[in-house]
Amino acid sequence: MTRLASPDDRAVSDMLTVCNGRVYDPTNGVDGAIQTIAVKAGRVVRLDEVDAAARTIDARGMVVFPGGVDLHSHIAGPKVNSARKMRPEDHRRARPVPRTLVTRSGVLGSNPSTFATGYTYATLGYTTVFDAAVPPLGARHAHEELQDTPIIDKGFFVLMGNNEFAFRCLKVRETDKLVDFAAWLLGAAKGYAIKLVNPGGVEVWKDTGHNVARIDDPVEAFGVTPRQIIVGLADAATELGLPHPIHIHANNLGLGGNWLTTLETMKALEGRRAHLAHIQFHSYGGEPGGRLASAVPDLVEYVNGHVNITVDVGQVVFGDTTSITGDGPLGYYLHGITGRKWFNGDVELEAGCGIVPFRYKHRSAVHTLQWAIGLEWLLLTQDPWRIALSTDHPNGGSFMSYPDIIRLLMDREFRKAEMRRVNQKALAKTRLPELDREYTPYEIAIITRAAPARILGLARKGHLGPGADADIAIYDGRDDLPSAFAAPRYVIKAGEVVVEDGEIRRDLRGRLYYVEPDFDPAIEPEIRRWFADFYTVEFENYPVGIEYLPNAERLSARGSRATRTG
Amino acid sequence: MQSEIRVVEKATCTFCGCVCDDIDLTVDRGRIVKAKNACVLGKAWFLDHTIDDSRPEALVGGAPATAALAIEEAVRILAAARYPVVYGLSDTTSEAQRAAVEIADLAGACLDTTTSVCHGPSGIAFEMVGEATCTLGEIKNRADLVIFWGSNPAESHPRHFTKYSVTPKGMFVPNGRKSRYVVLVDVRKTPSARAADLFVQIKPCQDFEVLWALRSLVKGVDVDAGIEAETGVPLATLRALAERMKRAKFGVLLFGMGLAMTRGKHYNAAAILALARDLNRYTRFVAKPMRGHGNVTGADNVVSWSTGYPFGVNFGRGYPRFNPGEFTTVDLLVRGEADAALIIAADPAANFPQPAIEHLKRIPVIVLDPVLSETARIARVVFTTGVYGINVAGTVYRMDDVPIRLRPALPSRYPSDEEILKGIARRLRELRAERGCA
Amino acid sequence: MGDKASLEYREVTRTVRMNPDDMRRVGVENGSKVRLRNALAEIEVTCVSAKDELPPGVLFIAYGPESSKLLAGDTHGTGMPDSKGIEVELVVPGRA
Repeated sequence: MTRLASPDDRAVSDMLTVCNGRVYDPTNGVDGAIQTIAVKAGRVVRLDEVDAAARTIDARGMVVFPGGVDLHSHIAGPKVNSARKMRPEDHRRARPVPRTLVTRSGVLGSNPSTFATGYTYATLGYTTVFDAAVPPLGARHAHEELQDTPIIDKGFFVLMGNNEFAFRCLKVRETDKLVDFAAWLLGAAKGYAIKLVNPGGVEVWKDTGHNVARIDDPVEAFGVTPRQIIVGLADAATELGLPHPIHIHANNLGLGGNWLTTLETMKALEGRRAHLAHIQFHSYGGEPGGRLASAVPDLVEYVNGHVNITVDVGQVVFGDTTSITGDGPLGYYLHGITGRKWFNGDVELEAGCGIVPFRYKHRSAVHTLQWAIGLEWLLLTQDPWRIALSTDHPNGGSFMSYPDIIRLLMDREFRKAEMRRVNQKALAKTRLPELDREYTPYEIAIITRAAPARILGLARKGHLGPGADADIAIYDGRDDLPSAFAAPRYVIKAGEVVVEDGEIRRDLRGRLYYVEPDFDPAIEPEIRRWFADFYTVEFENYPVGIEYLPNAERLSARGSRATRTG
Repeated sequence: MQSEIRVVEKATCTFCGCVCDDIDLTVDRGRIVKAKNACVLGKAWFLDHTIDDSRPEALVGGAPATAALAIEEAVRILAAARYPVVYGLSDTTSEAQRAAVEIADLAGACLDTTTSVCHGPSGIAFEMVGEATCTLGEIKNRADLVIFWGSNPAESHPRHFTKYSVTPKGMFVPNGRKSRYVVLVDVRKTPSARAADLFVQIKPCQDFEVLWALRSLVKGVDVDAGIEAETGVPLATLRALAERMKRAKFGVLLFGMGLAMTRGKHYNAAAILALARDLNRYTRFVAKPMRGHGNVTGADNVVSWSTGYPFGVNFGRGYPRFNPGEFTTVDLLVRGEADAALIIAADPAANFPQPAIEHLKRIPVIVLDPVLSETARIARVVFTTGVYGINVAGTVYRMDDVPIRLRPALPSRYPSDEEILKGIARRLRELRAERGCA
Repeated sequence: MGDKASLEYREVTRTVRMNPDDMRRVGVENGSKVRLRNALAEIEVTCVSAKDELPPGVLFIAYGPESSKLLAGDTHGTGMPDSKGIEVELVVPGRA
């Protein structure tokens, strides 16, 4: 039944059926029913559309999930590559990834090489991954890396929260111009969504070496505030009808008392769809530099009551990892408290980044709090459709830890055993010890598949109804389902069996999703002048051409911008 | 033939790491006759480019051959070798570099780039310390203190001063040159000194000591006056410089081969990177290596994303390992370990130490080069390929990692490096699959 | 990268620059031929005055095929040969 395929092989048939498995497809309300999933030409189809020529996978005793969707990870682009380059020791210590007849070789650690990234996500049953933060000046680089990231479908978010042209528009309250600029910039980068990272704060860092803490703190050099940036660009995302709403790494990440910044950010976004990233890092009570505390109950209450907000967790995992962030000042701060090597990369007019190796320790009070806070979020949130699982890979930990986190959610006893290893005084300050909830497979399918797909606005992802992309993960959970998530029996991508018993059988090129919204071309002369005055590349050479997107799909931005000719 | 003059606007020059993308090329009857905005090096790069269509597309054993035949021979050599090395890659596109990495992966080869004999030490230092850095536009828009160390941009990167670091008017530096203080630290008083407000002459092989002294002074730890006898730099000069650095609004240290090639190598680079890092306690400061060839930065990036490591990589165990000194090309050749070499867009037979060149002459070598280089002359297989940025489109990475697209001006009858390398990779993969090995 | 066969390149890489006081001291005429010698090789180059560019005792020659002959192959584990600060003997023809 199985055979090693060479990359140029064609499957005997483009039809496939997965039979006898227990299917978890929350988007379509399927909660463990034994169902047959039929696949043809890369899509899920109705049963009657396939015939006897279809290859059959007998999933008796197994569970069938849509392919995993990671909506916030750091896998491609300038800062990710700097992290790889900076940490040869991290690669060397990890298990190597040898080449096979079908696959390229690579390295792991907290910043895997591109080929290893694609293969490893696939071997976990993940089939769609988005890079959370790319500066548009480096978009071409991200696209090249994504071309070398096999199997998974992908895309990235475009940094705009410290874009100086955007600041100028905001200062003079030229809302239309901001919307057109955002549209132009997304198209130039061939990105997927608007991303804010410490809006305004990175500019303050570049200018003075300081930061902002609250959303009304001034960005002196440009006369704007984070609040204006947040609201202005959130409105732009709405106005453009982007499939994914504004995606925000809020100000004041990681510091005591920052829950107030998070709360005021959410309140500023009232009435607007918005996604708040790695919310765990933004949920701290207490004081900066003083005792940390958990502010999760208050924030969860707000999010429970405001359906416009979605979050991803940013769960911390004990062990070695790397902090890679577009939040320049945060990088410097982490370098200061750890003393470890530090990379900082300021991108002209647009963005910044910071990279520092980091280790989360069981016995550390702060790290224990962080770990517990992430789990509090997952266990206290009422609506699993508005919380996605993430570790902000690799900031909280590697994506390779997702199965362990799933286990913590599904298996109360395992969670208790883990709780015994951490700092007990810190743990006692959280509600985690009293939270008995266990996630069902259905809920796991929501937070790792259905919800992130819906939040991203990808209608063919995260579910197994007819018309869905045939991205399927089959786990053998007979003995112990939570552990099975570490090693799917089969992973199907676009209808092809790519992973079988932990081995990659086919090397495919995944699809790149992007948007290119219409904008009023009247803005172009001003952008040209901006380039001539301040950039060091030519306006004409800035946009990424379609030749960088060998397998791409443009999603429509259903906004109200009129299309004009010329 | 009818005279057909056309202009290719906003073309990219890849001669040096400035990678200027504002060159307007005038093409007349198959030649580039004008390169507006190009510096003296760029003009030579574009205008001196001649098309010698008479050269065969490939040579095998000195005799003309088709590219297809040459690919077969190249594959035979690589498959038979026990310890081949893939080297060069600084003067070609990232698309070609990616194909070269695939070949090295398939062949279980060493993979190294010209970085190892250029800013490799700076790359090693990067792994030790990290780097506080920025894109060139940040220098243009913010820098009020610019320090060149062991670098002579006036001759190696002629437009650097006017485009990025010394004269441009920037957003927060509206008076351009008048708003900046420029320092040159070097053993030689090069033409770059004319651009500087302060020239600090340093004794050969003493850069590390001076940098370490500056680190001390920045941190408020005083230094013995004996430093002057050791390094040639008076303590008062160093004290003043340290103060100036702390008081800058945005300072930049730009360093070249004066640090990487001399006594200390990666320790020199580590010292300057650490100095820039230390200064961030007082103000904003960055340090950047002045990268040389047009796409050596691309080579670093491509090799890093594909293998995890920037250069000096080995695939012999089936996966990437990294070790400068072990897998770097000069060492592989000097120790007589490499038994075959694939050399792309580089000319080691011209510039490597003699013992390395001697060994290169003893092993089968495959070369891709637009010209009949020194290395091509001693090679068993030679491919004539098109010139990136003139004939061939693709992507290059500027010295500050900014990726830029090329706009070729002239067609070439020769294939690109990418085409040939992909052909070699495909055949190598087929051969290995036939033999049942990964 | 440029045509190494070009006359200009050959000239530049076969020229050594020297402190004028040193030139006077050892009796070298501006533009005359000298030899540089170390344990590895002996190369013939043209010697020109460096005016105020170089301190005493320091010679400069551009990185190229000639100067590379003076480089030893040992990289001391870095991959980079010692390429600066190399001690050489300057041999003035007729005064050896």
